Amino acid sequence: MSPSPSAEPADGDVVLQAVDLQKHFKLRGLNSRDVVHAVDGVNFELRRGRVLALVGESGSGKSTIARLLAQLMPTTGGRILLHGEDAAAKGRRAFRRYVGRVQMIFQDPFGSLNPVHTVRYMLTRSLRIHRGRLRGAALEEALVELLERVQLKPAERYIDKFPHELSGGQRQRVAIARALAADPEVLLADEPISMLDVSIRLGILNLLQDLRDRLHIAILYITHDIASARYFADRTMVMYAGRIVESGDSESVTQDPKHPYTQLLVRSAPDPDDLEARAHGARGEAPSLVKPPSGCRFNPRCPFATELCRTEAPPLLPVGDGREAACWGYSERADRPTLSDITEALA
Amino acid sequence: MTIASPIGHPQRLAPASDPVLEIKNLSVDYGYDDDPVHVLRQVSLTLGRGEVLGLAGESGCGKSTLAYAATRLLPPPGLITGGEVLFTDRSGVKTDLLRLNDTQLRASRWQDMAIVFQGAMNSLNPVYRIGRQIADGIRAHEPKTSQKEALERAAELLDLVGISPDRLRSYPHELSGGMRQRVMIAMALALDPQVLIMDEPTTALDVVMQRQIVEQIAELRDRLGFSVIFITHDVSLLIEIADRIAIMYAGEIVEDAAALDVYNKPRHPYSSALLHSFPPLRGPRRELIGIPGSPPDLSRLGGGCPFADRCAFAFDACSKVNPELVFPNVPGDDPRRSVACLRHDPAAVRAVGEVPLPVPAELSLS
Repeated sequence: MSPSPSAEPADGDVVLQAVDLQKHFKLRGLNSRDVVHAVDGVNFELRRGRVLALVGESGSGKSTIARLLAQLMPTTGGRILLHGEDAAAKGRRAFRRYVGRVQMIFQDPFGSLNPVHTVRYMLTRSLRIHRGRLRGAALEEALVELLERVQLKPAERYIDKFPHELSGGQRQRVAIARALAADPEVLLADEPISMLDVSIRLGILNLLQDLRDRLHIAILYITHDIASARYFADRTMVMYAGRIVESGDSESVTQDPKHPYTQLLVRSAPDPDDLEARAHGARGEAPSLVKPPSGCRFNPRCPFATELCRTEAPPLLPVGDGREAACWGYSERADRPTLSDITEALA
Repeated sequence: MTIASPIGHPQRLAPASDPVLEIKNLSVDYGYDDDPVHVLRQVSLTLGRGEVLGLAGESGCGKSTLAYAATRLLPPPGLITGGEVLFTDRSGVKTDLLRLNDTQLRASRWQDMAIVFQGAMNSLNPVYRIGRQIADGIRAHEPKTSQKEALERAAELLDLVGISPDRLRSYPHELSGGMRQRVMIAMALALDPQVLIMDEPTTALDVVMQRQIVEQIAELRDRLGFSVIFITHDVSLLIEIADRIAIMYAGEIVEDAAALDVYNKPRHPYSSALLHSFPPLRGPRRELIGIPGSPPDLSRLGGGCPFADRCAFAFDACSKVNPELVFPNVPGDDPRRSVACLRHDPAAVRAVGEVPLPVPAELSLS
């Protein structure tokens, strides 16, 4: 398919695809052959007008995936496909073309906006880079439109402000506006709300939801808060130690988690409505990614793990309508582990 | 491990007759010039013995300032301009922490009241082994202790928080985030304090680790009987761990009630809005409202209620009087809870010549 598709694009079309994505970071040291297995064998698709959530604990490789997709760092294996074509950008021009279509917003709106520039300067720069030489009335119009699109109204009140004059939520909106200046097809949102106050988080999520619905942008929403994934994302993928362990529609993944790790994650999240159903006594923590455990990477913490789990890594197995889980418990193998309720297993 | 269900245990309000820490009318300003920012305005708060008190609010609402002011750790340009902080020790002697001299203060810190800082993971010294760091703290307060004894105590403390004692010889970088956080808790507990202040102790951790830490604190509280002030912006976490919750907004406490009361029957519009701004993980997907606008600029507060601009229930009087903590105007409420909202305070509304409005249904759930 060419970059300008002949057929009218529809919601649900695959825009960006990751195939067997892999990232190993070399450790420092002259003769060190050790690598950090940050991301291993990750496959997924981002679809037009859909939100895909990527959930996992810190250090599970979520942000690495975002950076790989934004081509801020080279992959060490696998491919990134944009509309079915290999998107590996070789050279500056190709990279610019790519970032015009795939934009990223970062976690910390205090760090991602240059404190010495005004909102006007930052947005103008982004507009000029991605839309050519805008000037005069056309530029002014584009700026106002951008600010209004992120609900910073009236635009005049914000356009000549410096970042320090804005609140965290407003800053994040400016960062989103800057990404939108490129008119992207894909937005990679790396923990866009985790640095913001509880009361304004919802506003940013609603804004992203609105962008998905009106501009049909494909959004990758990276978060450690599985509850917000349920609220905001169409599909949810759960990552553990560099691998995808479960994926499916958000409602099923959060309400009926299949993989033991997802169950632990869901049961650990604070929920005042359900004070009893709690995974007590969970032990251990994420493994070292320099020498990840053999087999399933969750096996040292999993109460159901068997010899099979310790020797062979489970593939993603179908566990229901459009759902997959990487756990041997759902396989047909004779030596598979028997799963039960994680809350009881840990108690 | 068995836990006597400290998390989510039935509500237990410590009797007000046995307070361990009483903060009375504490005011804090930032800035030495003619126009300082009033960050805390006449905050009063009582911590019962053995109680876990949650302090919640948005960033910049003054919750950390409150903790630092009460322990006199407030860095310049913070200035305590009034109030008192009464600490009652085990024999019932009250001391005002704000009037201690430096030597007394030094002796009291850690011994009476210990604090686990925000980002505690990074407050360990990277060049010393953790055993030595804990031992140093013990020996600073008990100079007669030998290094060997101090290290033994350190090993016991590590064991207490679930870290194997052979980790004493580890450097901080050899421990994971969750373990470093436990080391900080162990250090705070080294001298058997009666009050433990935890400033966002789990914010940098992921949920599974957060749960482990919270369980650990609850279990230790039950075992050792200290009181905890738990500061966080995560109200849902507080409902699980805290006995009582105080919600802060713009440098004031706006609601103070038993944890489950705050959750099930919030009386202040801000508490109610705060509870409706995080998505629930289980149960039906409920409508999320969020809070419009952003927190007020503390240097430009008018005379009225600081929340009035963002409040769905604001009326004329709200721009005239700043409400004080009163008993909620809802029949049948726990007599120990209080709320600062004019909807619950008809007397204050009449005093400025306005007509009081009834408490809206959302704020009088039972």
